[in-house]
Amino acid sequence: MVASPLLVSDDPVLAAFADEVGDTGPVSVAGSRTRWSLGGELADDTRIVTAPTGIVKYQPEEMTVQVRAGTTVAELHETLMAAGQRTGLPERGGTVGGALMAGENDLRALGRGRLREALLQVRYVSAEGRIINSGGPTVKNVSGFDLPRLIVGSLGTLGLVAEVILRTNPIPAVSRWYRSNDASPADVVEAVLAPSAVLFDGTSTWVELEGHAPDVDAELTRLQAIGSFEAVSGIPELPPHRWSFTPAEALAIDPAITGSYVSVVGLGLVFASQTQPNRTVTGAVQEVHERVKANFDPTGRLNPGRNPANK
Amino acid sequence: MLNELKKRLTGKTDSSGDAFVDALREAISPERVKFDGAHRALHGHDASVFDGGNSGPVVYPETTAEVQAVVRLANDHGRNVVPRGAGTGLAGGAIPLGAPVVVAVTRMNKILEVDVDNMIAWVEPGVVNLDLSNTLRPHGFHFAPDPSSQQACTIGGNVANNSGGPHCLAYGVTNAHVVALEVVLPSGEVAMLGGLDAEPQGLDLRGVFVGSEGTLGITTRIAVRLTKNRPEVRTLLLSFDSVTDAANTVSGVIAGGIVPAAMEVMDQRITEAVENYVGAGYPLDAAAVLLAEVDGLDAGVDIDADRIAQIGRDNNATAVRLAETDHERALLWKGRKTAFGAIAQIAPDYYLHDTVVPRSALAGVLEEVYAIAKRHDVLVMNVFHAGDGNLHPLLIFDAREEGVLDRVHAAGGEIITASLDAGGVLSGEHGIGVEKQKYMDRMFSGDDLDHQNRLRQGFDPFCRTNPGKVIPSGHSCADIQSLRNVPDKVWG
Repeated sequence: MVASPLLVSDDPVLAAFADEVGDTGPVSVAGSRTRWSLGGELADDTRIVTAPTGIVKYQPEEMTVQVRAGTTVAELHETLMAAGQRTGLPERGGTVGGALMAGENDLRALGRGRLREALLQVRYVSAEGRIINSGGPTVKNVSGFDLPRLIVGSLGTLGLVAEVILRTNPIPAVSRWYRSNDASPADVVEAVLAPSAVLFDGTSTWVELEGHAPDVDAELTRLQAIGSFEAVSGIPELPPHRWSFTPAEALAIDPAITGSYVSVVGLGLVFASQTQPNRTVTGAVQEVHERVKANFDPTGRLNPGRNPANK
Repeated sequence: MLNELKKRLTGKTDSSGDAFVDALREAISPERVKFDGAHRALHGHDASVFDGGNSGPVVYPETTAEVQAVVRLANDHGRNVVPRGAGTGLAGGAIPLGAPVVVAVTRMNKILEVDVDNMIAWVEPGVVNLDLSNTLRPHGFHFAPDPSSQQACTIGGNVANNSGGPHCLAYGVTNAHVVALEVVLPSGEVAMLGGLDAEPQGLDLRGVFVGSEGTLGITTRIAVRLTKNRPEVRTLLLSFDSVTDAANTVSGVIAGGIVPAAMEVMDQRITEAVENYVGAGYPLDAAAVLLAEVDGLDAGVDIDADRIAQIGRDNNATAVRLAETDHERALLWKGRKTAFGAIAQIAPDYYLHDTVVPRSALAGVLEEVYAIAKRHDVLVMNVFHAGDGNLHPLLIFDAREEGVLDRVHAAGGEIITASLDAGGVLSGEHGIGVEKQKYMDRMFSGDDLDHQNRLRQGFDPFCRTNPGKVIPSGHSCADIQSLRNVPDKVWG
């Protein structure tokens, strides 16, 4: 019986990365270190390795790209842009692997898709130094347990990502930002069909409209019925700390708690000047977390000190 | 039956002779714990061609607390548990192996809350998919996943299978539309996975629960995302002289940077059957038809519909028709969605396959599918979600014909091989269940499967929830052989 092309794991680049990770001693991958302290400080004696880089295979006609984890998101997006495409990964100066391990959405996730939807296939090195493949290269796939979902946002505590296949999507013909000082963000969300982003800082509302030019013009006309809007070049400056609210809560932020803020309406994400109080998981969910971690990393060698439950 | 009669006469239920069944009846209610042969036989099957299921007692809980009580009792008595929605699954995922207690969630069928501020609805797992969208639509929303079985299948089943449907091309499958899940874990504890907030902390346990085919626990409440209804829709019907031309049109549309709401292809045989069945106005002389739908705002849908029509003509479309009215569009979709029902005119039995291939490989794999069917002397029809490369070859047969099932299974195996060789995957929306366990090692290495099993055991260390599914034999939680050989008289 001939094996599926998916089974091929004799890629020398992945094998070399697996060798570097090895099977003993605490180990972590450094990308661009843009979110290095997320989920806790790495234990002092941890050996640092780097993930392979480069775009392996880009198929614009499939709307997929196979890329090594150490590639920067900026470099990836530059390549995709040449073919009129993009991904749901946020561009914050970091690597593809780092973006996936942090699990943070782009603030334009309503238009570009949530981060978790972007990952189709993942190849990571296990705590035992083995290359594990999960998911698949097609845009639709329910073959087995969905480990890519588990890996996104896991901070490298279950496996060290070497290479992924990501879903790409077409860049719309037109992308425009508008700002209003008198329209309420809730009215904006109701007035337009599918804004790519709506931001609110307590005073002004920003909205990104994308699509075919006549549709964007028509959406703007609908917006102008609820307030005055002016074209702007982009988003306001974002405060440094990320908070996670429900969409309803994000419409009613109390700056006495968060400090100055920019709320991503519809998503529930809020950027604020104060830090979000520590969150954690408890009870039965915590028990599942701990069992999953113990099953994937019995000796606790992968990114010791970090815990996705404490993000 | 005797118990029922006695109860009606005396108001009492006699002991079933099985301590577990008695305990279930006491915990839930005697009426909602069935142990008669008819119920157990009915729940030994799902909509797949697989038999070999063996159901223990069937319980119909109405609350989370009742589901929890059942799971705890099952643990206390060392019994396994299998959750079940409407039983419309096609991969045998709901078939009980080893006479477990079957937890049928069909009575948990309430839409609990529509929360427009958070763009979600809380629903119970037994809510029927189409009922949910029909309830939401007048308020301007719908639930995007729309499997062909949507008139019967439940949201709980959609969660278990990560279900798709024609309109998942643009909107994504169930996982993208489930925000939070209340589940009863295999331990019997109740847990909330995910959350309504933007980025719930911790591992994405919600994300892995969706699509886990009922092996990680039982869903009791689901927060589904609301999708705004699109104001404008354009539905195109393109006819072709060859399936290859239709497939190339699909690849061309995706390559052209258009993601339509849906792109469905039907070949001539199935189109004929559908047309006889619903009279939707499908052409009878085309080798293949492509149903393409774009939705959104006024200008964009016209621009995209024109481009799709042009790409079709560039690929030798013999006719391009735009549905003029909502009625015409509804009829075309009715035809597509009832395609499997239409098969009954041709032969009494069918085996519906489900693989995915890269969209650029569609035409080549389809040619192979026809050649495979011919080699095995089996009738094949193709009706599929072309836009995401999700093939659904239908092998049509009459099970009374001697030896035909062997040929059907042989052809099916070769179709899976052809799909994998083209860089595809085992299943796009039906799941692995018991159907494709034996092919899992074609797609995954032993290490890959070991890691899937580690996840499985993170939720269910003792392999008590829907055992014997998804992961093939040789890994723990998968020893089907022993499950099928239940000792005599375990269930009376």
